[in-house]
Amino acid sequence: MTAVFSIFLLCLLVITAAAVIRTTNLFVAVMLMGIFSLLIAVSFFLLDAADVALTEAAVGAGISTVLFLSALAALTEEERKQAGGRVTALISVSITGLLMAYATLHKPDFGDPSAPAHQHLTPWFMQTTAEQIDIPNVITAILGSFRGYDTLGEVFVVLVAGIGVLFLLSSPRPSSQDKRSSEGLKHYLIPRMIGRLLIPFILLFGLYVQFHGEYGPGGGFQAGALIAASIILYGLLEGQQRALAVLPIKFLRLLMASGALLYAGVGVVGILRGSYFLDYSVLAADPVTAQQVGIILIEAGVGMTVTGVLLSVYHAFVARGKLQ
Amino acid sequence: MILLDLFHYWVFIAILMMGFYTVIAKQNLIKKLLGLSLFQSAVFLLFIGIAKVDGGTTPILHPSISTEIFSNPLPQVLILTAIVVGISTSALGLAIVVRIKEAYGSIEEDQIQSKDESA
Repeated sequence: MTAVFSIFLLCLLVITAAAVIRTTNLFVAVMLMGIFSLLIAVSFFLLDAADVALTEAAVGAGISTVLFLSALAALTEEERKQAGGRVTALISVSITGLLMAYATLHKPDFGDPSAPAHQHLTPWFMQTTAEQIDIPNVITAILGSFRGYDTLGEVFVVLVAGIGVLFLLSSPRPSSQDKRSSEGLKHYLIPRMIGRLLIPFILLFGLYVQFHGEYGPGGGFQAGALIAASIILYGLLEGQQRALAVLPIKFLRLLMASGALLYAGVGVVGILRGSYFLDYSVLAADPVTAQQVGIILIEAGVGMTVTGVLLSVYHAFVARGKLQ
Repeated sequence: MILLDLFHYWVFIAILMMGFYTVIAKQNLIKKLLGLSLFQSAVFLLFIGIAKVDGGTTPILHPSISTEIFSNPLPQVLILTAIVVGISTSALGLAIVVRIKEAYGSIEEDQIQSKDESA
């Protein structure tokens, strides 16, 4: 039954992707992309990746769509029809696709437990998580501890991308503020009432995901996206100014920098206590507790940076679109 | 059964190639960014598909879960961080597109190029 459902979902994914490409209205394309993200999140869930599904649903279907739409507000909505010249692209894409399809004939079967991907490091991760870190969610253990360097790098990529957006979009443009567009959906009763009901629960769920990430699906990345989504929803309903009153732009910039700093700081404390960078086992007397403390701290850092970056980027785009 | 076993890979290839086609063939910069997102999502789908083990569950070790089979957590970790990095890079791309629109008055590649050449 699940197999039939997942095949149905995969077919829907291909159809949605084709629709994204075919439509010439960019607004429609962005909305379809949101549907695509939601469908792929369900597929991830069916493939046992609860953490990834949570992230994709919050980031792909929620925040990404809002960012594209607020950028579209500063751009034109219609894609200009282009004349010909696409045959070469079509041929080269088809050939590449067929070559890849040929390569799949020798891939291990889908779901095969003896596939090479499941042999090398994974059994070690599963075993060592229980012994050395002792938290139920293996994904959080790998993300925070075993692959701590990688995650640190990712956090800094997010931070740098956020700084880049702020550099590109926050240059002053002398123009009068349009009061009308900053009001959000104040005059639309139904979305506003439903949104108001949802916001506290999204926020609460974000905090739950942040602090419960060691035990269930969740962690800093998902929590950051969820908290940012709840504030963005508030901004969409009540206008950007109200959202800025809750979390001012200065606070957001401080948040994104201090999150990355907290993460790197935990690593430095490891050095100061006579071990390696990002070795958490020296943070407390008992190495297992120390690992858990380290993971909780760096997850907090991740959550702060992700929330800060996503919200500052959102505000930058909305402000830019309004000034046009 | 070969169809069922390989169907997941073929969907990956289809979406990947659609994204690739959009990036190289479309003139509109927003469309290109959407194509890039499709391309990226296809890679996510491949990794999560590789992580799946028949009869497995989400890799959360809990006494109440009796099964011994878990799906592979490693590809899931890689994709988890990649999704958030993906949105950040998309946002950076969008910011560049917004600035291009302000500088050139267009987000169509050929118009931007002809403006560059005439300048």
